[in-house]
Amino acid sequence: MAVIALLIGFSFIIAVGFLAAFLWAVKSGQYDDKYTPSVRMLFDDNDTIK
Amino acid sequence: MEKSPTLSESKLICFHCGDTVRGERVEQDGKLFCCSGCKIVYEILQQNNLCNYYALQQTPGISPSTIEVSRFSFLDDEKIQQQLLDFTDGKTASVTFSLPAIHCSSCIWLLEQLYRLDSGVIQSRVDYLKKQVFIRFDLSKSSLKNIVVLLSTVGYEPELQLDAVDKKLESEKTRSLYYKIGVAAFCFGNSMLFSFPEYLGVDATESFLRPIFSYLNLLLAIPVFFYCSADYFVSAYGGLQKKIVNIDVPIALGIILLFGRSVYEILTQTGPGFVDSMSGLLMFLLLGRVFQSKTYDRLNFERNYKSYFPLSITVKKNGVETTVPISSLKRGDRIIIRNNEIIPADGMVLRGNAAIDYSFVTGESTPIEKVLGEMIYAGGKQAGGMIELEVTKEVSQSYLTQLWNNFNNSIREKGELSELSNSISKYFTFVVLVVSLGVLLYWLPKDSTTAINAFTGILIVACPCALAISIPFTLGMTLRIFGRNNFYIKNTSVIETLSKIDTIVFDKTGTITHAQQASVEYIGTELTDEERLGTFSLAKNSIHPVSKMIADHCKGEQITVENFSEQISKGISGTINSKIYRLGSQGFAGHGILPKGTVNETRTYLSINGEVKGYFSIKNIYRDGLDAILLSLKKKVQFSVVSGDNESERVRLQSIFPKGTDLQFNQTPIDKLNYVKSLQSQGKKVLMIGDGLNDAGALLQSNLGIAVSENVSQFSPSSDAIIGGDSFRKIAEFIQFASLSMKIIISSFAFAFIYNLFGIYFALQGELTPIMAAILMPASSITIVFFTTISTQLFAKKRGLL
Repeated sequence: MAVIALLIGFSFIIAVGFLAAFLWAVKSGQYDDKYTPSVRMLFDDNDTIK
Repeated sequence: MEKSPTLSESKLICFHCGDTVRGERVEQDGKLFCCSGCKIVYEILQQNNLCNYYALQQTPGISPSTIEVSRFSFLDDEKIQQQLLDFTDGKTASVTFSLPAIHCSSCIWLLEQLYRLDSGVIQSRVDYLKKQVFIRFDLSKSSLKNIVVLLSTVGYEPELQLDAVDKKLESEKTRSLYYKIGVAAFCFGNSMLFSFPEYLGVDATESFLRPIFSYLNLLLAIPVFFYCSADYFVSAYGGLQKKIVNIDVPIALGIILLFGRSVYEILTQTGPGFVDSMSGLLMFLLLGRVFQSKTYDRLNFERNYKSYFPLSITVKKNGVETTVPISSLKRGDRIIIRNNEIIPADGMVLRGNAAIDYSFVTGESTPIEKVLGEMIYAGGKQAGGMIELEVTKEVSQSYLTQLWNNFNNSIREKGELSELSNSISKYFTFVVLVVSLGVLLYWLPKDSTTAINAFTGILIVACPCALAISIPFTLGMTLRIFGRNNFYIKNTSVIETLSKIDTIVFDKTGTITHAQQASVEYIGTELTDEERLGTFSLAKNSIHPVSKMIADHCKGEQITVENFSEQISKGISGTINSKIYRLGSQGFAGHGILPKGTVNETRTYLSINGEVKGYFSIKNIYRDGLDAILLSLKKKVQFSVVSGDNESERVRLQSIFPKGTDLQFNQTPIDKLNYVKSLQSQGKKVLMIGDGLNDAGALLQSNLGIAVSENVSQFSPSSDAIIGGDSFRKIAEFIQFASLSMKIIISSFAFAFIYNLFGIYFALQGELTPIMAAILMPASSITIVFFTTISTQLFAKKRGLL
């Protein structure tokens, strides 16, 4: 059973990592506009249709 | 690339904006345009290899209005720049514009390629849902004015507002909600993990694990209690200070007890605590908040008079014209008002022929003529040539400003908190407190530990999370469904008010009738092509709304008009191909024709060389579906119509509306407000539907004000809700769906109640264990989330709203 303490310790550290990543994502504005990027990614980079 | 509409196609549509091409044809590269404005945009894009714009979406363009660069010269003013720019360091600057014209993916693409049209633009980014563009530009290569002019030239004229609301604060608020959810979810997940050994039973040899896990749990409880729950404590405290027991009071009580008992149990090592239940509860509550907090960023429901006024005005001083911001306008300044400009301050006419269109203030769109020395009130729009005014009152003291302030002062603030949840929570909290105190007193003489356990257990398990979750989820869903149908509401409490409406007051012009359209019919001797074009050219010279409608009706190639003259409220005349055309009232152009029959139409007579040809009959067009709305709401609701116009439509309205409908004509904005007030004093719940211009006061006064707008994104008047003209016919469905949502909420209470009874049964005996709470509380939350979401969707589908 003692191994559980170790496992939970690890899982906790990983979870802290995910929490930090989430907080960073919110802070950097990724949740401010949830629509436009979905359209933007579909544009080609060099499109010069006449 | 999509096949472009060719000239041979039977339906001719503009390659740029998709409008039907009428009258004059503009062609370029074998493509057809409805006006030269559209063609110019096409040429600009083509020269810069930006024609991908037309490949992404068909006819994505916006027909640009004619742009006078001088109109934007105030943007060179440093004070104005400072207020508009987000940031500047002297070399580069950034600005966020609100562009109501953004409507498709082509718009995003073009606006993000701005640097190809103006080398000064470093970066431009679109926020589609907010209809905003963020632009960073090089001050040495471009200027704010250049960018605004460029945007306007390609059809995206920015909406410039100096006292723009702090949108940044709003985004900070949503962000902090996301942080809280993140923290709560993290703590919920981990504390469940830490609680498992306890729930599954730890054997004696491993008992050293128990304190480790429970202390870790305690550590997780701290951020949940002090950070995630903070809003609930603040709101509950605020409510109690105002002597209101709002929904957050019992929730805050529940959270405090969950935390307190957990801390006690963990520190004394008497139990594992309720940390997992507490974090789970918080996570669901906060998720509900996200659902409810969804608002329409791009719509501004809090308009005031300032947003109708221009930002700056031309002042003439010692013969020199300068542009100054409106706020620095002083008494005695000479200002210049051009055609179609709004008069920002009360003033006296010094020069020019003033014909003021007061439709914004009074609803009457026929221009009123003013002569030299006469007073003009702010809010009117000049229709005609340039005039000069002397400012007699500063902007903040003008008639219109005072009118607005009166409206705003006299109107109580409409509460945001739900009435339903407040009234329930008041009794609920009382009952729960009485029950738990009773149980405490019952157990205390026998067993003090059980007494405390039972007391706290009841308060924990009775925490009205179901109430707090079902309301935001149901109303949030309803708000989304309404939004999809072009019906935008200010906040979710509007839904509750909408479900209780028993009286509907309609404004006439622009609300139940189409604002810009009217049916024009020519009755009389048939006109030859030449005569028709002559009439068109004559009417085109006047800006009177009736002339515009007639011009639209006779549309064609314009011919030169000589000796044009306009007599206000009589008619217009001119010589075309050496024939004298007269268009106007019966006395002006209609001598000898049959006297007016019914009064429910406006007639404009036409005579050529003195011979009366006939008349144009102009009728309001009522919106589609008005009959259906009246029919389906007739039993539940009483109707009234208030109109700023004269009685000419009375007979027609009487035939449309059910018997007993109150019809009021010649109503000023104040009259409309007072009419709504008098209905309310009879205990009626009034829904006012108007166009938000001259009935803004009535919209505010009513229990619920809905503004009908042809173009929701371009104009949002002050109101509780905004509805697109096309969705007007669905109003009955919206009202019925609102009451349905309230029913869904009430039935979800029933579910929650079953769970609660179950929990209370154990809590009464002081046997509510953490594992029970850990199962019961999330289970009840999840059931409610599912029930409300699914039933709302189902009903919306059934009603054809989804």
